[in-house]
Amino acid sequence: MNLAFGESDKWKKTVKIIVFILSLIPFGHLLTLTVIKELGANPVEKIIHTTGDWALNFLLVTLSITPLSRIFGWTSLTRFRRMIGLFSIFYASLHFMTYIGIDKGFSLKAIFEDIVEHKRIIVGFTSFILLIPLAVTSTNNMVRRLGYNRWKTLHKLVYISAIGGVIHYLLLVKKDMQRPMIYAALLLLLLGHRFVIYFFDSYTRQRKGI
Amino acid sequence: MLIKKPSDMSPSEITDKELYLNRREFIAKTAIAIGGAAVSGIKITTDANAGQKLNVTKRGHFAEGEKETPFKHAANYNNFYEFSTNKEDVAELSRNFRTRPWTVSVEGHVKKPRVYDIDEIIKAFPLEERIYRFRCVEAWSMVLPWVGFPLGDFIKICEPLSNAKYVEFTTLYNPKQMPGQQRNVLEWPYVEGLRIDEALNPLTILALGMYGEVLPNQNGAPLRLVVPWKYGFKNIKSIVKIRFVEDMPISSWMKASHQEYGFYANVNPSVPHPRWSQSEERRLGEFLKIKTLMFNGYAEQAADMYKGMDLRKYF
Repeated sequence: MNLAFGESDKWKKTVKIIVFILSLIPFGHLLTLTVIKELGANPVEKIIHTTGDWALNFLLVTLSITPLSRIFGWTSLTRFRRMIGLFSIFYASLHFMTYIGIDKGFSLKAIFEDIVEHKRIIVGFTSFILLIPLAVTSTNNMVRRLGYNRWKTLHKLVYISAIGGVIHYLLLVKKDMQRPMIYAALLLLLLGHRFVIYFFDSYTRQRKGI
Repeated sequence: MLIKKPSDMSPSEITDKELYLNRREFIAKTAIAIGGAAVSGIKITTDANAGQKLNVTKRGHFAEGEKETPFKHAANYNNFYEFSTNKEDVAELSRNFRTRPWTVSVEGHVKKPRVYDIDEIIKAFPLEERIYRFRCVEAWSMVLPWVGFPLGDFIKICEPLSNAKYVEFTTLYNPKQMPGQQRNVLEWPYVEGLRIDEALNPLTILALGMYGEVLPNQNGAPLRLVVPWKYGFKNIKSIVKIRFVEDMPISSWMKASHQEYGFYANVNPSVPHPRWSQSEERRLGEFLKIKTLMFNGYAEQAADMYKGMDLRKYF
């Protein structure tokens, strides 16, 4: 199925701009709360948790584009994938910088101690680092330079990053696992779909003797 | 007053039996809908007392002139899993929590086991204001003016027997009023405990107010424990039972995760928690962190009780 708005270039551009602006809303909201001093009792925690939530949200949305376009034929969604993926790293960077700069005050000693003492820090840190090469190679030019197959293999790192991100969240929570478990379940669903497709495709290839 | 007291109502006046059985909630809710004035007029109110000024006879500053945390932060950022695991939702969810009638049952190895009415307890002791630091295991903290009386004074009237080595406290269990208890996040009801010498330490208080007023529901009304040299979760809220026992009580958090939460839970910057470094803390409302003090700054009054104990083992 081709969505109606898929036809006109102008319309495509408009929708992209709308998605772009919508994606900036959480950032705008946080910025407003900061300026009007309404971040609540624990402002640093609020910034860290909000940006972390949105990094993960955008990452899961990115990963849901392939399954959605495959199951429902919404192929026009794929054109938002790069932008949404970049928003994930945008929020992840804010999350990371707030942790390094405000929470730890750029103290290498404090950061190092935190890495050694708490598993969730090293897991989160790794997940963030893995997103960087994906952001850097996100341009059309980079796809050409790397060659599509190599580029695609590299971008499989997103799966590891997403798994790490969810584990990072699971390790933070003291007792009430409900929210991180929802993320874990969604991720499992999204990755599970890919597994099924992978085996299904190789099975049909075999049947056809290709 | 247009609303009758529940005792004046005969069941026949009410057609719906379910409504009759839940009349207190119904009246309280109606009263709130009509307005705060109506609420204070009847005895079965929800937060009729919250915000009411308390008469304090004595004041003590135990936080070396540090400035108090703004009330709005202390009252809107609460770890009170009985209502919600989201600290910012507790105030709203506990708004209609009923703190009257309320009794505290004293049980176990005491000469005088009995059930006390909350107002009887409150009237029995002169109220003191104590400004204490409060340190949560999640590395945030406050400086808070509690109103209460020493737990030791209450223990004296209970007359514990010689085999009362520990004191066990229990929070109300009422999933209808405390929606968080409808999920098994922790094993309900919440249980905490102190060694008898910790309970008798002059710093340990039972609080019924803060900032000169009756405790807001979200802060553990009508009666809670405050032990300033221990992490926040030891400071059990909305107490209905105090039991004197011979063996160390198993607290709710010990049951939930004994490798993370010990019985003592003394504030100790050199013993890190698996989730949070304990060397620093952040005061509510602040951006920058400060160093955490041994025993939360109460080493002088508390350290002697743990002489010779390996505090890494007995965390």
